[in-house]
Amino acid sequence: MDGNRRDFLKLAGLTALGATGASSINATTAAASTVESQAEASTGGVRLGMVIDLRKFSKNDALIERCIEACHAAHNVPDFGDDAKNEVKWIWSEDFETAFHSQEFHYIREDLKGKPTLLLCNHCNNPPCTRVCPTQATWKREADGIVMMDWHRCIGCRYCVVACPYGSRSFNWKDPRPAIDEITPDYPTRMRGVVEKCTFCEERISRGLEPACVEACSNDEIVFGNLNDPDSKVRQLLAERMAIRRKSGLGTQPEVYYIIDDPRTLQETAPAAVVEVAEGGDHA
Amino acid sequence: MYDAGKIIVGIVVFVVLATSPLWFNALTEATPEAPKLTLPTNGSTECVEATGYMRASHMDLLNQWREQVVRTGQRDYVSSSSGKVFDMSLSRTCMDCHSNKADFCDACHTYMAVSPYCWDCHVEPKGAN
Repeated sequence: MDGNRRDFLKLAGLTALGATGASSINATTAAASTVESQAEASTGGVRLGMVIDLRKFSKNDALIERCIEACHAAHNVPDFGDDAKNEVKWIWSEDFETAFHSQEFHYIREDLKGKPTLLLCNHCNNPPCTRVCPTQATWKREADGIVMMDWHRCIGCRYCVVACPYGSRSFNWKDPRPAIDEITPDYPTRMRGVVEKCTFCEERISRGLEPACVEACSNDEIVFGNLNDPDSKVRQLLAERMAIRRKSGLGTQPEVYYIIDDPRTLQETAPAAVVEVAEGGDHA
Repeated sequence: MYDAGKIIVGIVVFVVLATSPLWFNALTEATPEAPKLTLPTNGSTECVEATGYMRASHMDLLNQWREQVVRTGQRDYVSSSSGKVFDMSLSRTCMDCHSNKADFCDACHTYMAVSPYCWDCHVEPKGAN
């Protein structure tokens, strides 16, 4: 009987040893694969971003208006005129100092002073708006980093409006339809009680088109592309030029960059002013 | 039992009144007309799925499309009946053929007294009322 008990204890001990050993090995491989996937996420994949070349926007250029018009017409964004409380905007313009007020430009370069600057959703890599959404009506797409909205799910709590430090989100206090000049039938409108914002023209990108504001430009004033690809146009611009982002100190990692180089250096670097216009099924 | 006569008469009157819609319909044979749908006029003869499935479950299909397009960004739908690929879009694909909302969607929805909220945001094709 003694012998039996000793055998049993030996066996039990070995089993226990085997079990702990196996689980610790599993844990090690799991940790390794997590590290691996994180590295993959930071180097590979697509991270869409935008570079706005302020050097190419002059102070009185109608281009800014054209960009806003193109976007708002394509997405049925209502225009409530001077009614500031009800304003709905996807892309808009502020003067340079207001757009970058956290930078405190005291003795600002003359050409930047009061310069109209195009603003839109920054599609942050670390978006605060998505974290507060109680219904996951807004979220960051894993595939390309677009901060998306699902208007079917939005319950209009407006947490995201408060969370966004850039004022990129608007709330439909009123039925937007009467305030839309001409409705683009291929794109939905929103209804009263829903938050809306720029989606980086997700519906156009998926059909192989550039965002509407980019298409409205003719000379690479706005460049759109994959920030994870070192050979992309956006990355090449950022590698060569001086660019800033809005309120980068907040840690939201905005992905819309503003080139603020001196325009006098523009001539020597400007490419031939020909831009490919994406072809394909435009919204009718 | 006090006032038995009044109570029984009262019950009979109540039952007759409560079931009066049934009697009325049975006697007058007022069967509502089944909705008449306007079929596509652009020459296309098959839908993304079989007619029976579409008739019974188009709302499920549309919900599925909505999830796919908005949440996963996938826009191609492979038909399980014909194997053809369709763009998952209410305004582009569905309304391309069924271009008259009033004569197609509304015909059944009014009959069934359902009011889906698709059109609160999505835009019905022009030319329809």
